Amino acid sequence: MVHTLKGALTLGAALLLSTAAFAQDKRVVTWNADYDPIPLAAAEALIADFEAANPEIDVVLTNFDHEAYKNAIRNFLTADAPDLANWYAANRMRPFVEAGLFADISDVWANNGLTESLASSVLSSTIDGKQYAIPYTYYQWGVYYSRDAYKAAGVDLPAEGGVTWDQFLANCEKFKAAGIDCVTTGSSALWPVAGIFDYISMRTNGYQFHSDLAAGKVSWTSPEVAAVFDNYAKLQPFVTENHAAIDWQDAAALLVQGKAANYVMGNFAVGVFKEGGMTNDNLGFMVFPEITPGIARAEEAPTDTIHLTSGAKNPEDAKTFLAYMASAEAQTKWNGAVGQLPTNKNASVDAADPFLTAGFNALSTATGGIAQFWDRDADAEYAKAGMEGFQQFLVQPDQRQAILDRLEQTRLRIYPQ
Amino acid sequence: MFPRPIQKSSAPAQWLYAVALPVALILWLFPLLGVALTSLRPASDLAQGNYFGMPSGIAWENYVFIFTQTPIGQYMVNSLWVTIPTVIGAVGLSLMTGFALAVYGFRANILVFFMFVAGNFVPYQILMVPVRDMTLQLGMYDTWYGLALFHIAFQTGFCTLFMRNFIKALPYELIEAARVEGVAEWRIFWFIVLPLMRPAIAALSVLVFTFIWNDFFWATVLTQGVDSQPITAGLSSLNGQWIAQWHLVSAGSILAALPPVVMFFLMQKHFIAGLTLGAVK
Amino acid sequence: MAQASQPVGRRWTQRTLAPWLFLAPGMFMFTVYVLWPIVQSVTLSFYDWNGLYNRDGQFTGTFVGMGNYAELMTDPAFETSLWNNLKWLVLYMLALPIGLFIAIFLNQTVTGIRVYKSLFFFPFVISQVVVGLIFAWFYAPNFGLFYLLTESVFGKGTAILADPDLVTYGIIAAGLWPQIAYVMILYLTGLNNVAPDQVEAARLDGAKGWRMLWYVILPQLRPATFIAVIVTVIGALRSFDLVSIMTNGGPFGSSRVLSYYMFEMALGEYGFRMGYGAAIAVVLFAIMMIFISGFIWKMWRDEKER
Repeated sequence: MVHTLKGALTLGAALLLSTAAFAQDKRVVTWNADYDPIPLAAAEALIADFEAANPEIDVVLTNFDHEAYKNAIRNFLTADAPDLANWYAANRMRPFVEAGLFADISDVWANNGLTESLASSVLSSTIDGKQYAIPYTYYQWGVYYSRDAYKAAGVDLPAEGGVTWDQFLANCEKFKAAGIDCVTTGSSALWPVAGIFDYISMRTNGYQFHSDLAAGKVSWTSPEVAAVFDNYAKLQPFVTENHAAIDWQDAAALLVQGKAANYVMGNFAVGVFKEGGMTNDNLGFMVFPEITPGIARAEEAPTDTIHLTSGAKNPEDAKTFLAYMASAEAQTKWNGAVGQLPTNKNASVDAADPFLTAGFNALSTATGGIAQFWDRDADAEYAKAGMEGFQQFLVQPDQRQAILDRLEQTRLRIYPQ
Repeated sequence: MFPRPIQKSSAPAQWLYAVALPVALILWLFPLLGVALTSLRPASDLAQGNYFGMPSGIAWENYVFIFTQTPIGQYMVNSLWVTIPTVIGAVGLSLMTGFALAVYGFRANILVFFMFVAGNFVPYQILMVPVRDMTLQLGMYDTWYGLALFHIAFQTGFCTLFMRNFIKALPYELIEAARVEGVAEWRIFWFIVLPLMRPAIAALSVLVFTFIWNDFFWATVLTQGVDSQPITAGLSSLNGQWIAQWHLVSAGSILAALPPVVMFFLMQKHFIAGLTLGAVK
Repeated sequence: MAQASQPVGRRWTQRTLAPWLFLAPGMFMFTVYVLWPIVQSVTLSFYDWNGLYNRDGQFTGTFVGMGNYAELMTDPAFETSLWNNLKWLVLYMLALPIGLFIAIFLNQTVTGIRVYKSLFFFPFVISQVVVGLIFAWFYAPNFGLFYLLTESVFGKGTAILADPDLVTYGIIAAGLWPQIAYVMILYLTGLNNVAPDQVEAARLDGAKGWRMLWYVILPQLRPATFIAVIVTVIGALRSFDLVSIMTNGGPFGSSRVLSYYMFEMALGEYGFRMGYGAAIAVVLFAIMMIFISGFIWKMWRDEKER
């Protein structure tokens, strides 16, 4: 059973709906989620399957508007907790774990062999040795490119495994000569630049470095960071001008119109590219170029998760449902419908979608590790300071030293040595 | 009169003034005119880069679209649900406080009065966290009445200043005479003062209506969804979805601006009387 | 004053009780929603709190003393916000001369002038959200009118909202538009009440133009100027809406002002530092208090003169 409410709703309305459900003779599991229409329909289908297999349980989903949810979850976890709630892995869930609002579900992991089947997500689901999340989907980041722009500038299309960094920069010169932005982005919301930075950082120094940097363990004045910024500086002249004033969708339009060649983005952007008129024929995907040879390739793949709340009224049945959401079967079905990637390694993806297939391959061969994205790996405040620095560098590369000094100051304040 | 009436100037000066007026007005309202025009531009014009040329047609469908495909109608209704109770509440409360402060010379009078006046000027941010928290605790977060209650309380500050000064300017003999007759205080308020307050009530009503309709900050802090967000906050979130669809953003903007503009034109005299309170003595 | 001749007994009681009864509802609301929250915010500014209560509904913050204020002292974003607030305050004052100029321009009695006056007042009536959207469109890179204008003049367009050095000025310009309209209407009302005989007398003495304006008109416009200064200062310090709509404080925080930075810290996506936000609010409040005290002091003086 699913309650879909347009947009966000008041706690009162949520309460009313959940009490209405109690009228039935089943054991109810309540679940607050923030799905767009397609993922919501997919979740409804999963619930139907689950209820068919567990006729004594009734899963009641209350859906919130995506943006409003970020605010709402802070309220309902305290005031009126559902049994299950959607959220994100890694540092994003930390405040709720530390306030004791998310419950420890290490037993669900242990009893279902999840450390094995969800191996790639163990780290991002764990805080202080205990698991607090069931990861059920993620999506790859990488370089989306316009084949038309490559042709227009007379640049060779990237090979299957992508291009090298030197080749990429050489291509950028050609694009520049042809009046095409080599790399586009729209950073008015800040996070898109973090994708570019993370990749340069991971390709220069590897996954562990990214992870340590986000955790405040690396000094911004270290030679490793300097190396990252050296590479960042090489890319800087080729990024769309005025990106700071436009949204990522505006920049997507530049790729669609052939005014830009490459876009470092998450797979969710494919929908926007295709809406703008691109097809599998002229939209391409490659992994971000290799920079330091020999470093194990790591990828960004932010993971969405479900959590058991500490205020859950029916934790036992909720855990049954969590185990189901972790299964290969459920993940294949949900992700197939939504066009994202399952975290369960035994699940399968739609072979007809070239971007999913490419993403699945890229992630399953990413021996370096899977990063969550800068703003999920880093503490919120630190994440924001970092992203402002990354954006500023793209606008004012001459301020490099000032940016690094400021970031180092912030780091020392948030993580006293 | 200052400046010298233009009628007393030379013919060319008069002619120049007659030309300068409309030209200045068009320049002044240029951004608004541009948006009004864009709101009637077909989406295809924008896609082809025709942002400022002649529109290829008049696209009323932009307005139809935002009414049928987005919750903008709901947002406008929500705005009314917040605005109208606030007008009634703030005007009602301030009639009483204004009366008390204007008519009675008790010791704390000036202190209480200054408290209202000063409170009216505090930055919203100093109230934000506690008010939001309290509204949450009372279960009124994301409801029209949670937002309206705050607005009533806050607007009472400004309204009290206005009402008190207005009542002060009424002939005090009226009240004295009634007291001599032995009329009870609440009857003086109700039957003598209140009937004289019509212009003040009208002025404050239009002003408060405009202030509250246009409020964005508290709408953002105390509401979050389609069910209760007023038009300002709603327009801001729609703007997030309508990236680069300026014909829709424009149509939404025009709609959001319309009610206070209509209110202003209908009640212009009262509006300006309220706004310029104290500007002249 | 009212209690000049107070009878004794029941009437006396009614007369002392009545004001408090009339005041009670308004004062109650005002205390709950305005006065008490100020106290709470000041208290909260000594705590570190992420806005969450634990399962038992208990406050999870920790007392940090002056910690938040100490942090403000070294916070570059706070410094940027302060500077920008100063820019807002200074440049917003342009609304006074410009508003006065337009008021003088419109203070004629030709046909249709009333309609002109109300149309000039228009920008003040519409929401700042709409003003922000209008100017965002005006400034938009690549196709915005302002961008095209600068492109045709300098050969290269200026995307004002993407430029860290110009962005604040761009937003202030947007804010000035309605503010000028407000000041204009204040001065129009003021000009209406300028004593005609004094103007005529000055004219006979040969005063005109600037001298007339400076020595005869402006002194008479003092009450209007006073209100205009007050509302302009408040407008400048409340500059939340435009920043939020046009840039969200960006690029990289260059257009932040205290009111926006406070919101960002307390309720923004990467914020939820309620205590730190409260400390910013306290600073903003202190700045505003300077102006509020001045205003109250003048009102108090006027009251005593009556």
